[in-house]
Amino acid sequence: MAALYEGYTLCGLVPAQNQSNSGIQEVEEERDCDHVLVTDSTRSVTLYKVSDQKPLSSWTVKQGQTLTCPAVYNSQSKEYVAVSDNKVIRIWKEEDILLEKTFKATVSSDIRRVHSVPGEEPVVLFQRGAVRLLDSLLSAPQQPIEEVLSQEEAIRWSTLVVVESQQFVIFTTEQKGENFLYLQRLKPNTLQRYRLEREEPGLSPLSFSASYTDKHIRLLYLYPNGHVYQSVVSVRGLGAEEGAQALPLPRSLLLVLPVGEGLLEAASALVLDEAHVAVVGVPHPSAGAGKDFLCIWNTNFQTLQAGKEMAGKIYGQLWSFSNKLFIPHGKALSVIPYECPKSCLASALGKLRQAKSDESKAPASVPSWNNLLHGEKAPPSRAVETRKTRTTRKSQSAPSSTFDQVLELIKTAPAEEIQKEVDGLISRSDMQDLQPSVGQLASALVSRSLNDAAFYTPSTLAQLVHTRSLCHSVCPDLVLLALERKDYFLCQLCLQFFPDIPEAVTCACLKTFISMSDVDAEKVSLEPDSVSFMETLMAGERGPVGLQNGFSPTSCDEERSDTLSGGGAVINTRAEDKEKISTPPEQICPVGLHKTVLLNEVLLTAYSDTYLLPHLKDLSSQQVVLFLQYLQYLYLKYSQDGFPQMNGLRSPSLSQVMDWVCLLLDAHFTVLVMTPEAKGLLLNLHRFVKSQVRLVSELGKIEGSLQELNKMKGTKTDVGQYSIEVIELF
Amino acid sequence: MGEFKVHRVRFFDYMPCAISAMAFHRHSERLAVARADGAVEVFCFADNYFQEKVIPGQDGRAVEALCWVGQRLFSAGLNGEITEYDLENLRPRYTVEAYGGPIWTISSNSQGTLLAVGCDDGTVKMFEILEERIQFQRNLDRQKGRIISLSWHPSGTLIAAGMMDMIRIFDAETGHATHRLLVERGVGASKSKEVVVWSIVFLSDHTIISGDSAGKVQIWDGFTGTLVRTHLVTKWDVLALSVSQDESSLVAGTSEGTVVQFQFLSSTVDQQDKEWIRTRTFKNHSHDVRALVHTDTAVVSGGMDTQLVVRPLLDKVEKKTQESALRKIAFPHRNLVCCAKKAGLLLFQFPDHLEVWRVGESDGHGKPGDSLLVKRKPEKLIQLKTKGEDHICCSALSPCGGWLAYSTVSSVRLYRLQYNNNISITKVSRLPKELRWAHQLCFSSDSSKLFASSTHSTVIVVALNQLECKYLQTLKPKSGSRQPVHLLFASEDGKWLASANTDCEVHVYNLQKLKLHCTVPVYNSCPTAVAINPATSNLVVAHADQQIFEYSLVQKEYTEWSRKLQKQGLHSLWLERDTLITNITFNPKNPAHIILHDMFMFCIVDQSLPLPEAKAILYNQMTLRSLPEPERIRHSHAFKICKNFQHLLCVTLLEDHSLVVVERPLLEIMSQLPAPVRQKKFAT
Repeated sequence: MAALYEGYTLCGLVPAQNQSNSGIQEVEEERDCDHVLVTDSTRSVTLYKVSDQKPLSSWTVKQGQTLTCPAVYNSQSKEYVAVSDNKVIRIWKEEDILLEKTFKATVSSDIRRVHSVPGEEPVVLFQRGAVRLLDSLLSAPQQPIEEVLSQEEAIRWSTLVVVESQQFVIFTTEQKGENFLYLQRLKPNTLQRYRLEREEPGLSPLSFSASYTDKHIRLLYLYPNGHVYQSVVSVRGLGAEEGAQALPLPRSLLLVLPVGEGLLEAASALVLDEAHVAVVGVPHPSAGAGKDFLCIWNTNFQTLQAGKEMAGKIYGQLWSFSNKLFIPHGKALSVIPYECPKSCLASALGKLRQAKSDESKAPASVPSWNNLLHGEKAPPSRAVETRKTRTTRKSQSAPSSTFDQVLELIKTAPAEEIQKEVDGLISRSDMQDLQPSVGQLASALVSRSLNDAAFYTPSTLAQLVHTRSLCHSVCPDLVLLALERKDYFLCQLCLQFFPDIPEAVTCACLKTFISMSDVDAEKVSLEPDSVSFMETLMAGERGPVGLQNGFSPTSCDEERSDTLSGGGAVINTRAEDKEKISTPPEQICPVGLHKTVLLNEVLLTAYSDTYLLPHLKDLSSQQVVLFLQYLQYLYLKYSQDGFPQMNGLRSPSLSQVMDWVCLLLDAHFTVLVMTPEAKGLLLNLHRFVKSQVRLVSELGKIEGSLQELNKMKGTKTDVGQYSIEVIELF
Repeated sequence: MGEFKVHRVRFFDYMPCAISAMAFHRHSERLAVARADGAVEVFCFADNYFQEKVIPGQDGRAVEALCWVGQRLFSAGLNGEITEYDLENLRPRYTVEAYGGPIWTISSNSQGTLLAVGCDDGTVKMFEILEERIQFQRNLDRQKGRIISLSWHPSGTLIAAGMMDMIRIFDAETGHATHRLLVERGVGASKSKEVVVWSIVFLSDHTIISGDSAGKVQIWDGFTGTLVRTHLVTKWDVLALSVSQDESSLVAGTSEGTVVQFQFLSSTVDQQDKEWIRTRTFKNHSHDVRALVHTDTAVVSGGMDTQLVVRPLLDKVEKKTQESALRKIAFPHRNLVCCAKKAGLLLFQFPDHLEVWRVGESDGHGKPGDSLLVKRKPEKLIQLKTKGEDHICCSALSPCGGWLAYSTVSSVRLYRLQYNNNISITKVSRLPKELRWAHQLCFSSDSSKLFASSTHSTVIVVALNQLECKYLQTLKPKSGSRQPVHLLFASEDGKWLASANTDCEVHVYNLQKLKLHCTVPVYNSCPTAVAINPATSNLVVAHADQQIFEYSLVQKEYTEWSRKLQKQGLHSLWLERDTLITNITFNPKNPAHIILHDMFMFCIVDQSLPLPEAKAILYNQMTLRSLPEPERIRHSHAFKICKNFQHLLCVTLLEDHSLVVVERPLLEIMSQLPAPVRQKKFAT
């Protein structure tokens, strides 16, 4: 829910005699969001520091002159620009005290407004619709100014929007009850004219507000009958169809605000973000007809999110800079901090069209449910933000800017430099803040590696995986990239740390691992823990043979002689079997140490067999046989040496091993039956199963006899209507 | 301790009746419970939930609603009558016909001056409560459709009535209906069925809460008559509602056997906007919850499954104390079984008939744990139907088995039984006129006298012989208590007669002199069983708070053992038991043995053994069994508790030293109940 917090007064107002206007022309942002320039309706301009609620300096034009255009701040030259008496441009710096002594230039036509956005040159809009950059105007102040608008057309509102480093002057005009929208692009100059659809006759928009999202300029306008319309103009197709002809501007009704009795007079609607609109001078739907309310509406759901009653008269003026609303009311200009978090329902229903560009700036942190459920602090609410936290915030913004820089670096810089920068970044910031950025860094690295065959940063990626803030879904190409670059260490890390590796990727890993040569594998450096587990397991290769889990080689010998005496069907395999008995192959690990470690990682990953089976079918029969042999080896080891799940080392459990055996057999049974080399293996597995079945049946017998015992004890439970019993008390 | 031959009897088909209404008297903490057969019981919650009083029912009197007015108890039923009970003599005091058809509900205003009844013909009738009776005052505006439930506003000016498909609010002074609140019907198939507002509650802030047959609990604004909130609680009916005294908590009983709690809470920290929020669900019943009471600390519920359940609210009581334990009262706290020890006969008392059984016989002996072969099966000798429509309130079989007596609220009947080749039963026709009715009946050990307790705790003594039966004496206690006698015990040696009444007094009469011998010092908990040890003339009394006292009738003081027991205190596990000792007998072979039982165990107290220490294991039979003989002495203590037999109605010792254990498994009771509403179980 959006929220309006407790506001504070920035300055007092001297409203005009008839109380119809607030005495303030405009509030403009100065060098940062904490400084604003307030231009009053007559002669003076005041610079305020908002958080301190105090004026820093003030300038006034001579008596008899009036400021006809609010002062703006030219961030390039650090100067202020204003216009007095329509034609005189005034430029001064902060240290100038007297305006009279500063730069003046008189132009040939009446100026409507000077607009300026940070980082861009100010733009001058003339009353007749012409637009000039300030510099070019000042180079020849008396240059002729063309008339764009027709005679009876007058500008009602204007603004400047920067779109991909292009400036757009947007202004609306009124002519004989009709309203037009002009979109003036600068450098190269193009002009587009749109006609606004007519509302009820005699109604002109009360206020406009423009914003730029996702390659579209969004214009929001409020009519006195409470209707708020939105028109969206694509920036792309501009210019191509330039012409004086007024195109009809499609509009959509966003909100129908309650108006109470009569029409709205002094009201204003301001876009806050894609889903929220601040409205002032409109009655609160549940508080009668009084119009002195400031409300935030959600346009997606047409719901009122927050409302605040403002004391005194509302002038229908409203400005917003960086989560603060500036509203003149009564005899004060108030600053009201607000917050518009994305509404959960909106995002859940997918109604909120997410601008891509926006996302890269503030990504939602997806990675780990754990972090979402536990830990993660609630974002500090702005309402309680003191001046102190604000300043600390400012100082903190330094590393975050380097984060952006690092992202830029990744696109171009050599691997070593990136390594260094990422190192620094990870060591600097704390884990909580890092969570979203790690994903971005990793995906940036991976995408560069994918594009640039020569580029690969194994240690950086390993380091990022080690933070445990990554998961497969955040960076889906990482594992495959590691496989491609034969970075098996990274593969191991990913298999260990990613909770969400798809079965297809698991299978791809398995396939690579099983088919790589042992020599290659030994070159790879791997996690020491898992290696040491396999070392101990293999070291005990010639250990004492115990009778574990109902299966021992001796018992299977007996078994075989049984079957042999029982029938002649398996006689053919006798010779082979003999061989095997002499050197039981299942006692020797069929794959090298490092390979086993990697395979174990695969065994340990989570999977769902329905999804795994189709991918398992891709394995070749040799691969399957080898893997089965390894699994058999593991199974035997586990059966013999008790359960070597020792001292917390990562090791597959017996049931995991058995599950994989079953899966492999399921996937490849017919192939295995047809493969001659697999015959011995299958027979062995068959014997395991047989011995297990025998064990279970023995256990069943024991259970049966124990149950009998239980029954003998509990005969008394069934008592009829009457019995005579003997009891003894002690 | 030794071996016992036990006759394990399960052929007593005792079937408790469904609970149909309840009313709680907050001041004295007494709960009145009405059952489907018209019986009314009074439980004293302050005294460990002891069932103090039972007023027997009557054929055709179904109590639909109960209401306390001060200390007076009123009921109304579908027979169209309002009844006030005489709680001293345990019988209806009078009945008044309301002339409005069946009565569904009765409710008194908080001032206790008016009684409103809701009738089937759509009238709410007001009765003025006078000193000795009630008097019809007037009708409120007659409505179409029956009045199912009523609730007075605490101020007494308004009364809300739950009806079919709607709720009406009446001005109690003018008698006019001021509001009509329409109650929505159920969805689907039940759309065509009228919705019944089974229960209604009028709160002091003019909130009305209703429970209806569509499974809704609805909260209404009584000023405007608008619906504030609907809680769908069940697919079936919401049958009962009860609100706590401070009106911060409400419980609703449903046909599914659940009790749903609502609390008046503010959803935010902001204290202003409180609303009724569903908080907890209790499921302690298998069948409909027909009646509910919200006491200060617990929810008391009862219904079709006949059990009275006290579910403490854990936010109101101290946790892990006896107070916080769930309590289910399934059996009455009095004896329904009478044993003729000498003849080996059992008398079972049902509401409208009596059965006399002879226990079976076995030959030979067996090892402990064995079941012996039954040589002769038990047989039912007599089944005696009562005359008239009144239900039996007490009965007795003489020790020799030759006499059978029972009493209803209107008469006492005495029968002579003879067992020759065939059994003959003869009614003794001329009873003395003093013997009009009795709260308790008891024969002397030699079967020569019949004792019957009467009004004001008196006991009438009647001499019996083959030819006649003669009134001898009326024994009166000195205290002048007006309360009824609920326990009567004649000692084996024929010397003493003990009587206990609900004022907690125990009087002992000397039967040779036929006068009061002594009164045991009054203890503040009601006696639940009394018995006199024939060997020592010591009176043993078990109380509702689980205490046991032994009083020497000769010395007229508590015995040494009793003092020791009090000094050391009973074992905590003993005190925590939630069923009461309902019978005490003695072992003639060993006078130091006292045999006691409650519902879940019987216990032989060996007075010669040391009492269990607080740390000792109370239930130590298993331990002792596993120990070798010499070790046992060191570990044994006075309380030998046997839990082999459960759901006990009676444990007593026959003359041949075999125990008779009458069990009535609750499962069998459950199996005889009608099927509960169908409930979807997982995977069915």
